[in-house]
Amino acid sequence: MNISVFLSSVEQGLVYAIMALGVYLTFRILDFPDLTVDGSFPLGAAVAAKLIYSGWNPVVAIILALLAGILAGTLTGILNTKLKITGLLSGILTMTALYSINLRIMGRANISLLGKNKIFNLLTSLGISEKASTFIFFFVVVLIVKLLIDWFLKTELGLALRATGDNKQMVRSLGVNTDLTVILGLGLSNGLVALAGALVAQHQGFTDVKMGIGMIIIGLASVIIGEAIVRNKTIKWATLGVVLGSVIYRLVITIALRMRLNPNDLKLITAILVIGALGAPAIKEQFSFKRLQGGAK
Amino acid sequence: MLKVIGGVKVFNKGTINEKVALRGVNLEMDKGEFITVIGSNGAGKSTLLNVIAGNLILDQGQVIVDDKDLTNKSDHQRANLISRVFQDPLQGTAASMTIAENLVLALKRGSRLGLGIGVKAARRKKFQEALSILNLGLEDRLDDKVGLLSGGQRQALTLIMATLQKPKVLLLDEHTAALDPKTAQNIIEITQKLVKRHELTTLMVTHDLDHAIELGTRTIMMNNGNIILDVKGEEREGMTIDDLLDKFTKVSGHRLTNDRILLAQ
Ligand SMILES: Nc1ncnc2c1ncn2[C@@H]1O[C@H](COP(=O)(O)OP(=O)(O)O)[C@@H](O)[C@H]1O
Ligand SMILES: [Mg+2]
Repeated sequence: MNISVFLSSVEQGLVYAIMALGVYLTFRILDFPDLTVDGSFPLGAAVAAKLIYSGWNPVVAIILALLAGILAGTLTGILNTKLKITGLLSGILTMTALYSINLRIMGRANISLLGKNKIFNLLTSLGISEKASTFIFFFVVVLIVKLLIDWFLKTELGLALRATGDNKQMVRSLGVNTDLTVILGLGLSNGLVALAGALVAQHQGFTDVKMGIGMIIIGLASVIIGEAIVRNKTIKWATLGVVLGSVIYRLVITIALRMRLNPNDLKLITAILVIGALGAPAIKEQFSFKRLQGGAK
Repeated sequence: MLKVIGGVKVFNKGTINEKVALRGVNLEMDKGEFITVIGSNGAGKSTLLNVIAGNLILDQGQVIVDDKDLTNKSDHQRANLISRVFQDPLQGTAASMTIAENLVLALKRGSRLGLGIGVKAARRKKFQEALSILNLGLEDRLDDKVGLLSGGQRQALTLIMATLQKPKVLLLDEHTAALDPKTAQNIIEITQKLVKRHELTTLMVTHDLDHAIELGTRTIMMNNGNIILDVKGEEREGMTIDDLLDKFTKVSGHRLTNDRILLAQ
């Protein structure tokens, strides 16, 4: 792998890390299996693409994409807390609804952004090359998002959010309305996911209504890889792990593709990776149980 | 201070599993009173605490604290008035968070949470002070995850959390039942210390009859969804466990047998 291919997959890893950090917020912090992600990612992409295509400032487009994601997460949260629909189903419902909404926003199944103004070209006016400008932009954005999450999870409100994922009854007995913390967590998470979608749309130069399929699994894979390499469970290390996990995931995918892997098999391989990681403890347990039984004979 | 008026709670109403857990319970508690609650399994003790704390809403009747009608308020809306310690030491704390982080949430019980950093230097000091009365060394472990603590330590921490912001009423539901005898005794002593220091109005369910008559200022006994015995003052002083059981037999018409109360003696 030459250096430019390496850097470009690191860069992709950074873009998708923002989505993975969103997934970390729901799956790990809030303990909520949120499948909204597969819909809010293309939602962010759709909003940004449509606006940029229509000549809006990319910065404004991205902010509106983020808000759209927050709205999507809020909807899932309301379905779950107010209408008492299970978390899993709430996410699936929002995701399904978003498919149609995304098509409506875009007006067609895909939009090309070739030749349009992109947010990460902002630095080129300073005389920095487009390539470097893009890389620096994503590095800085991911760093800011990571630090913001670290900070937020230490605030009083952030502590309440973490406690909601840990012990709902306890925070309720301390006066926290956990319906609101769940909605807040889902809103923030999907805001980040939509932000990632908006950035990916510009990075790859097009938006497709199907670009969200399997996104949640990619996010989970990043979180899990991150946990495997960064063992420290403190927030600031865990979020760093998620970013590294996302980058490593992209590198692995790039290598796999270079080894002539069929791109159509990528999702299958990602799913197997996640199954392996999530199933490892159970498999280990069974294995040692069998050994114990064998030893007793 | 605390009033439960005609409290009725029915589970699974209208099904074959219908269970009346509270049958028109009346309880009036004065400020500063420390009531111990006893009764066999299924008597309705936990249900009574649950309707006071708002985990359950009464089917009939009222819950009033300091002239505020709380009957239809949910648990988190009552948190500024009522705090609670459960039987299971794991229930009162968040394991993945540090001691200090748990205490921040307790400190902010019932008030608005903001975007300021939770664990601030001034608060750490306050937490250390509050923890030091436990004599468990927790004041030096503010940044340890609560999951690292033993059951007894967690229950002690939960007690501190329940009293950090003085509640109008403190509810304790067999909060020593899951602990080994020595730890349980330690937690009881801590409870006494805290109740005294903060002059807390306390309602404590216990399966230990010794604790029931030694601690507190008043004892009530529940049976089948009713309060069937209520002793305080002179009548209560000098009372023995046998006196209590005799009284129970007289009022309920049957002897207490084969249940945790007897086993716990
Ligand atoms: N959530 C519930 N659903 C159905 N029945 C319940 C529920 N909680 C308590 N009960 C029943 O109500 C009665 C009183 O229970 P509880 O208040 O827990 O008793 P205690 O704490 O005195 O042992 C018991 O018969 C119990 O089975
Ligand atoms: Mg009980």
